[in-house]
Amino acid sequence: MFWRMIIKTLIRQKSKMLMIAFTVVLGVSLSTAMMNVMLGVGDKVNRELKVYGANITVRHKDAALMSDLYGLEGQGVNDKFLYEDDVLKLKSIFWGFNILDFSPMLEGKALMNGVDVGIIGTWPEKHVVLPTGEELNTGLKALRTWWEVSGEWLGESDDKSVMIGHILASQNKINVGSKITLNSETFTVKGIFNDGGNFDNKILMTLPTAQKLLNLPGKISSIEVSALTTPDNDLARKAAQDPRSLSPDEYETWYCTAYVSAICHQIQEVIRDGVAKPVRQVAESEGTILNKTTLLMVLITILSSIGSALAISNLITASVIERSQELGLLKALGAYNWQIVLLVLAEVMITGLAGGIIGYFMGIGFAQIIGQTVFGSYIEIARMVILIVAVILFFVTLIGSIPAIRYLTALRPTEVLHGK
Amino acid sequence: MKILELKNVSKIYGNLKALADINLSVNAGDWLSIMGPSGSGKTTMINIIGCMDTPSTGSVILDGTDISRENSVNLTRIRRDKIGLIFQQFHLISYLTAVENVMVAQYYHSMPDEEEAMEALAKVGLADRARHLPAQLSGGEQQRVCIARALINSPQILLGDEPTGNLDEENESIVVDIFRRLHDEGVTIIIVTHDPEVGDVAQRKIILEHGRVVDDIDQSATFGEALKLKGKS
Repeated sequence: MFWRMIIKTLIRQKSKMLMIAFTVVLGVSLSTAMMNVMLGVGDKVNRELKVYGANITVRHKDAALMSDLYGLEGQGVNDKFLYEDDVLKLKSIFWGFNILDFSPMLEGKALMNGVDVGIIGTWPEKHVVLPTGEELNTGLKALRTWWEVSGEWLGESDDKSVMIGHILASQNKINVGSKITLNSETFTVKGIFNDGGNFDNKILMTLPTAQKLLNLPGKISSIEVSALTTPDNDLARKAAQDPRSLSPDEYETWYCTAYVSAICHQIQEVIRDGVAKPVRQVAESEGTILNKTTLLMVLITILSSIGSALAISNLITASVIERSQELGLLKALGAYNWQIVLLVLAEVMITGLAGGIIGYFMGIGFAQIIGQTVFGSYIEIARMVILIVAVILFFVTLIGSIPAIRYLTALRPTEVLHGK
Repeated sequence: MKILELKNVSKIYGNLKALADINLSVNAGDWLSIMGPSGSGKTTMINIIGCMDTPSTGSVILDGTDISRENSVNLTRIRRDKIGLIFQQFHLISYLTAVENVMVAQYYHSMPDEEEAMEALAKVGLADRARHLPAQLSGGEQQRVCIARALINSPQILLGDEPTGNLDEENESIVVDIFRRLHDEGVTIIIVTHDPEVGDVAQRKIILEHGRVVDDIDQSATFGEALKLKGKS
């Protein structure tokens, strides 16, 4: 009888129930989209910010010390170097999968037309095969996506070519195709780049060429690393100060979370004499943007939930007032308050559930539209959103039903049956 | 045996005394009609007897239980178990069929039993209309469904609030005839009515004015005759 009454009520009140379902669809779809984007946005924002370069730099510990203490960097500051052999070990750390791109750098000076100029040896583009058999393409080109290049990028084995920063090129009237001499070796200028930073007055070449020119075989000054990271929290900040201050449980949590400090710590474990440091601006931008984006999504979810609850509240109350005679009759026939409330809640919950299911799938669609529009890729569907949305839906419907429930419990059969 | 007793019952709404010091006893199997002008307290009295309201003062003994101080949950239980209600506006649930309307009362009493509900409808002559919605039934038929619903849980008292108020003469006779049969079966019937003809067919008639019983008429002597006359009309 209970279900028969519910089904017939749903059919009879289909326009009102459709309105309730529609309200739920709007609320749930928005919440689903926002939460999926919120949970998937971390990687997306990180990938977006990756275009602004590396977020971790690895240097020799002595060089890092000079930089930290005196702000001194580059060739001549010290004669300690990292080893090129260690570079691929980056992919062997616990968070190796989060290391997207990397490139070793060897900085030095060479004579060009009798004047010292800065040179940088690197992997412009590098196809590497890891000990695990995994293959990947990396190099500086992937880390400097914003460079404007006239001519072409250096290839992996362009040992007789260089690229030159646009400031240095204009000062020396060098064009693409020009020949330049560095320490008595002649190179062809393959490209002129605009970095917008301190690379613009330097000459870029392949790492073997620089090592040969500087007579530093197998040595590198630093490694630039782009890694997907999780925004810092109190634990990460505490660990960044000193990982030894963490309790064993905290250490495990920190180590197994992709905080930039945890990744730096793990990099230091595999790079001999290396000190890994986050590039502050990029790391902080990631954290700030992620936190603000998350907050925005949470706010939108909360507001849409409140909006849905208010709309549901109005619709249910209107429906119950319209049916007050029928519900009063049920009381007169011997129904307890809880039985009437259960009946009305069951109707609303079934309607809400139907709206919720439709809203969930629409929300996934909205999330993909947002993903495509903003990030140019699909947003991964987080299963936990189903549970969160179900809980939100339950409470929104329940809270929205409170005014109607109060009206129902206060409803006296005599008032509606005798018109008193 | 007394099934109902009202002792010094008053009901006060602000400054208005809807019922004033009412004393009334009803024996099991009695057929009582309550008459009086509008505002005389008829509906207030039936609400109190029907456990839908409580008196401001006095006590109401229903089948040995004082219901005047019971809470709403207990009143609901007592109403469900002991009272059958018939309304002037029928109050059938519009989207349920006749038999389903009867089964609703079963559902909130114990357990729905379609066969039993069909028997109740057959008893009021509506077996062939059981699958019809209220909108497909005449006023008289709707009132008979309402009676079947009131009777389905075998109540000790059948309470009618103007049960013939919305019926034409033919349907009024049918309904009165049903009451007569129920009375013969021993059901206690209490009916509020404006209609003197319906009031006259009861065994006993009380007249209310300004919340007081101004007359209590024993119609036992003319009871059978009035019914026959009503049947002929």
